[in-house]
Amino acid sequence: MFNRLVQAAKGALLIDAVGAIGLSLKYMARPKATVNYPFERNPQSPRFRGEHALRRYANGEERCIACKLCEAICPAQAITIEAEPRADGSRRTTRYDIDMVKCIYCGLCAEACPVDAIVEGPNSEFTVETREELLYDKDRLLANGDRWERLIAKNLELDAPYR
Amino acid sequence: MPIAKVNGVEVEFEPGMTVLQVAERAGQEIPRFCYHERLSIAGNCRMCLVEVKPGPPKPQASCALPAAEGQEIFTDTPMVKKAREGVMEFLLINHPLDCPICDQGGECDLQDQAMGYGRDGSRYAENKRAVEEKNMGPTIKTFMTRCIQCTRCVRFVTEVAGVPDIGMISRGEDAEITTYLEKAVDSELSGNVNDLCPVGALTHRPWQYHYRPWELKKTETIDVMDALGSNIRADAKGAEVMRILPRVNEGINEEWLSDISRYAVDGLQRQRLDKPYVRENGKLRAASWDEALGIVAAKLNAAAADRIGVIAGDLQDAESMKAALDLFRALGSANTDCRQDGSALGYGPREGWLFNSGLAGVENADAVLIVGANPRTEAPLLNTRLRKAWLAGKTEIGLIGEQADLTYDYSWLGAGSKTLAKLPKAAMDFLTKAERPAIIVGAGAVSGSDGAAVLNALGALAKKVGVVADGWNGFNVLHSAASRVAGLDMGFVPGEGGKTAAEMAAKGALDVLFLLGADEIDLSKSGAFRVYLGSHGDRGAHGADVILPGAAYTEKSGLYVNTEGRVQMAERVVFPKGQAKEDWAVLRALSAMVGHTLPYDTLDALRSKLMADHPTFGRIDYLPAPASFDVGSLGRKGDLGDASFVSSVRNPYLNNPITRASVTMAELSALRIAPVAMAAE
Repeated sequence: MFNRLVQAAKGALLIDAVGAIGLSLKYMARPKATVNYPFERNPQSPRFRGEHALRRYANGEERCIACKLCEAICPAQAITIEAEPRADGSRRTTRYDIDMVKCIYCGLCAEACPVDAIVEGPNSEFTVETREELLYDKDRLLANGDRWERLIAKNLELDAPYR
Repeated sequence: MPIAKVNGVEVEFEPGMTVLQVAERAGQEIPRFCYHERLSIAGNCRMCLVEVKPGPPKPQASCALPAAEGQEIFTDTPMVKKAREGVMEFLLINHPLDCPICDQGGECDLQDQAMGYGRDGSRYAENKRAVEEKNMGPTIKTFMTRCIQCTRCVRFVTEVAGVPDIGMISRGEDAEITTYLEKAVDSELSGNVNDLCPVGALTHRPWQYHYRPWELKKTETIDVMDALGSNIRADAKGAEVMRILPRVNEGINEEWLSDISRYAVDGLQRQRLDKPYVRENGKLRAASWDEALGIVAAKLNAAAADRIGVIAGDLQDAESMKAALDLFRALGSANTDCRQDGSALGYGPREGWLFNSGLAGVENADAVLIVGANPRTEAPLLNTRLRKAWLAGKTEIGLIGEQADLTYDYSWLGAGSKTLAKLPKAAMDFLTKAERPAIIVGAGAVSGSDGAAVLNALGALAKKVGVVADGWNGFNVLHSAASRVAGLDMGFVPGEGGKTAAEMAAKGALDVLFLLGADEIDLSKSGAFRVYLGSHGDRGAHGADVILPGAAYTEKSGLYVNTEGRVQMAERVVFPKGQAKEDWAVLRALSAMVGHTLPYDTLDALRSKLMADHPTFGRIDYLPAPASFDVGSLGRKGDLGDASFVSSVRNPYLNNPITRASVTMAELSALRIAPVAMAAE
């Protein structure tokens, strides 16, 4: 009986509403937590694991040597590699596919790579309209590498002391 | 037997064993690179160091140290551990860190043992040495910088293959394994050095970079490239057989494999028949199974029973031959033959077409007469056994037939049947003197028009010199086709009044000729309606009117009987290509269409029928004991003629549809066979 009376009094005096307005006013005065994406962005760690890329050496030679360690370690089995000797006798991939739908972005492929060829770059904006577009082949991955090389190299350099 | 102590545990050993073998017997694993059970002891890698008492207070190489009574062997003391770490550090000084691009990676002795017995880091900061790559032919890819000079390859080619093409030159840091002036290794067993190499210095060139060992599905099966039935392991990646490796079978292939068996595997991807074809207006067009089988059934039903026939090929499994035999017998035809070469074998007791002494048993023979065979091309792994026996000085070898380099010395007695009719006294002497004489009868000797007479003469000779005695049967028929013994065992020969393969191929002999994977017979004159059931678009399929795609030997489970009469089961590694079906299933479907449904619906039922009809097929992996039989009654008495015996295998690298479709085999043939042919021309 007593509780119901207290409840009725609180309702009549708008206690909860005043508290809520107070909270709103408090946060209004504080600095903003959100950013105006895509015009503003949050800072990104050099270890950020985004879209994959295959890198090249400075002379344009692809780094990947088809050792297939990334394929072996991939927990989602998203990587498919086929290899054979190139005309000059070196060991190269003829096929390097990543199924970005299967990929769980764990970064183990980049960890396993002995030549830093496959990396997860800083790009997280690669949404597409069809599922097929997320089945990356070697050309796409190399193109990614060419596009993001400057940032990837910088990130690897920044992270190097901790490896 | 003497007793030694290994890590305090007493173990008995046979006199003459090395410390390494004794430790092994006690269950202690000793790391090694240069030591190999089947090669001579070199003792140059030093990885097998152990501590031995009594003896000098230093680690000793266990592979080269004879064990002695009362010896105490220690394999886990700090001294041994330090010695192994030191040896490993020295080995790794000049070994490049290129495991990611090395084909041996993942199955490398050096990798494994560096993990197990090495130090964790390297103290070496100086320059590493680099060695130029060598050309060793189309089977061996070299990366000589990786070589650790264990000399297993040198010892293998010199001792087992008998072709001293590989050697080591220079000393110390300059030591190199090389062939003489970039010469390709000219041995039909060259692929084995790639298996033997404990590092990635010698790797398989045909499969270079195509796979990683961990991504292969491994299936244990049987080889069909020759009649020995070598035990193999076929490794597949997806739907493709990537490589073939030998399995240990002391009775057949020990642990070696010939280049043909090993590298013909790329032939399984080329020239394949993957859908049925029918000929229309002289051109082949793709058809459905129903349509193709319907045409065949109509033709078979329309023709008279004595105007249809079947010839079985050299690579067929026993089940498909049984199904074909049952079908044609049900149709009332006696025209069935599995002997495309026109051999006279197949009548009389089973021993009359077997390699009776067994492949391992032939090493016990003290006199071997080879007639009309070239074991080096027909059965390379039999040749290594003959060479082993010859090297041990136990065996004298004589040859009637073509002279060839067999990697051992033999006395050439004559070229052909003339010699056999009147054997020189020296030849008779060496056979009669012998305690366990053996005669190796090549398929080439008994396949001519006088084959039956030659077989009879050989039987008579065998009887005269006592080739078949108590507990010893040295009458050895060396077949060159994997399917032949199975075919003969089930009676896949012309029935009463039936035609042989050659007669079936003659002009106007038949209305319908069914080729069950038969590619080695000349059918240019045959005007019959031809049906080809097989795996490759090869000679047999070329003139065929209906082509039915079948399974190659890696694509079906089947029984094969090797030349010794040993029944072995091959397993399916991958599925048949495209719409192709297993051969027996095609024959079963056809039988329903012609109205003589075969009484089996599953492979197991077919096998049960086969084993019930012919009990020898039920004894899998069993080698018949030497049985006595009337060797004199073989063949038919007749004029021996004056023919020279020629080996039934003219070019082993292009001897069947699979090898003819293989790029590696074409390379090997051009390298090893063609120059000889040119010289002869």
